[in-house]
Amino acid sequence: MSGGAKIAVTVADVVQVNPLIKRFRFVRTDGQPMPAFSGGAHTVVEMQDGDTRRMNPYSLMSDPANLSGYEISVRRDDVGRGGSLFLHNHVQPGQDMVISHPVNLFPLDLRAQKHLLIAGGIGITPFIAQIAQLASTNSRFDLHYSARSPELGAYMSDLASRHGDRVHLYFDDRKQLIPLADILAGQPLGTHLYVCGPKGMINWVRGTALNAGWPAAAVHHEEFLAPPVGQPFTVTLHKSSKTVQVAGHQSLLEAIEAAGVDAPYLCRGGACGQCQTDVLGCDGTIDHNDHWLTDAEKASGTKIMPCVSRFTGNNLVLDR
Amino acid sequence: MPKTVFPPSILSRPLYGEWQPRPASACLMIADGAGAGAVLDMAAADPTLMAKTHVIYVTGRNESDWAQQIAALNPALFYTSPTYAAAVPRLRKVLSDAKMGLQVYLAGTEGLIGQAQNEAMAAGIPFDAVQTEHRGSLARRVQCVHCKGVTEDVKIDPFQCSHCGLHLFVRDHYSRRMAAFQGVNIDAEAPGDFPASVERFT
Repeated sequence: MSGGAKIAVTVADVVQVNPLIKRFRFVRTDGQPMPAFSGGAHTVVEMQDGDTRRMNPYSLMSDPANLSGYEISVRRDDVGRGGSLFLHNHVQPGQDMVISHPVNLFPLDLRAQKHLLIAGGIGITPFIAQIAQLASTNSRFDLHYSARSPELGAYMSDLASRHGDRVHLYFDDRKQLIPLADILAGQPLGTHLYVCGPKGMINWVRGTALNAGWPAAAVHHEEFLAPPVGQPFTVTLHKSSKTVQVAGHQSLLEAIEAAGVDAPYLCRGGACGQCQTDVLGCDGTIDHNDHWLTDAEKASGTKIMPCVSRFTGNNLVLDR
Repeated sequence: MPKTVFPPSILSRPLYGEWQPRPASACLMIADGAGAGAVLDMAAADPTLMAKTHVIYVTGRNESDWAQQIAALNPALFYTSPTYAAAVPRLRKVLSDAKMGLQVYLAGTEGLIGQAQNEAMAAGIPFDAVQTEHRGSLARRVQCVHCKGVTEDVKIDPFQCSHCGLHLFVRDHYSRRMAAFQGVNIDAEAPGDFPASVERFT
């Protein structure tokens, strides 16, 4: 079965953290401890939303040392495809669900002399697990965390009270910007930089760091893409001898799965590379939306990441 | 001072690149002997670079001394050292005081490049972020795999270990941790039966 091993869980708790964010706690339905994970790992939550099966990745934010359950925080996206709305509106304590084993595409580099963490909004979630891990090993870190307003700055007071002057908070509504250039200039050799947040913030932090002479191998980021909506299209699955319609609000991967074809995947957000599929024929344009393929691979038109990428044209044939 | 081209070998054998100017808050260039050529070429490629560059130059090796030419580039700091070993305390101090944004450049013999690269990695710089360029002598730093003694500047093969006296065949098998090629006893099964030494690493 694709996507790795699954875990049957029960929703133990749902907490409204602020007007936009809810926290969900999952425990194993069989009462056993959860699989071990490291800070930065995510799980894919499966949701049966009417006729639609949704599978969205969420970073684990609970302490990796505590395997009694997993916690995720979900920001409600009223104009998204519906996964966060389903979790916010339909998931209640006591409900049985299925999640994937944890996968870490955003791990700490434990060779670092110091960890510099930069979070924007809901991008704080992987860092909460990482900070628990770093604090338990007495590792050096600084967190710079920016939110729209104090009201929307989830977990800010908790982080500040636990970790004191290692935590630096910024608010858009007070016109406070992270003084990135100054922060980057003062870091000791051997510091690793991690950024998670909106796309604009990730690009700003990575670009500023690389222009300041930071090695690419010391700059880490995580951005899960939601599959973008687009025009419906048709795809031919060569191995399966099937022709599948992909609806506008459906990803190519979801359409392949809905047709009963067991396609590989892990993150479902264009980051991990697991769903990479060979293109056998393409009369049209592939809309590459992933972070995985190189620019040369994208230009070659011979590979596609069906979790986030789409197609415009007459005919797309995949080796699936 | 031509750049060195190495014949194809096993994966273990290190390869070196060519220095390229990269964005940096500060630069640390470490070179010995003919490695000075890489420093001079960088200064020519980007004349603004030397004002934020610390050069550590080992004069006593690699059969040439370009200290005056480097000094004429007016680097922010210029330090000469008779041997690599004598420069290590300064190198460690520089790295321990350094901030992220430092670019490290190494040029000259393999012994200097390998050892200085280990210092840079120990200070937290990712391996692939250190730029290297081989210039000058091909003499090797060789570890005797039997007694573990390291002999510098090995030019002939086989050679006699300067520590235990065994006759060693110099392999392309390289230890990044030791920054040394591996020397293996060549006459273990028939003592005294080994070919005459040839100068392979000039």
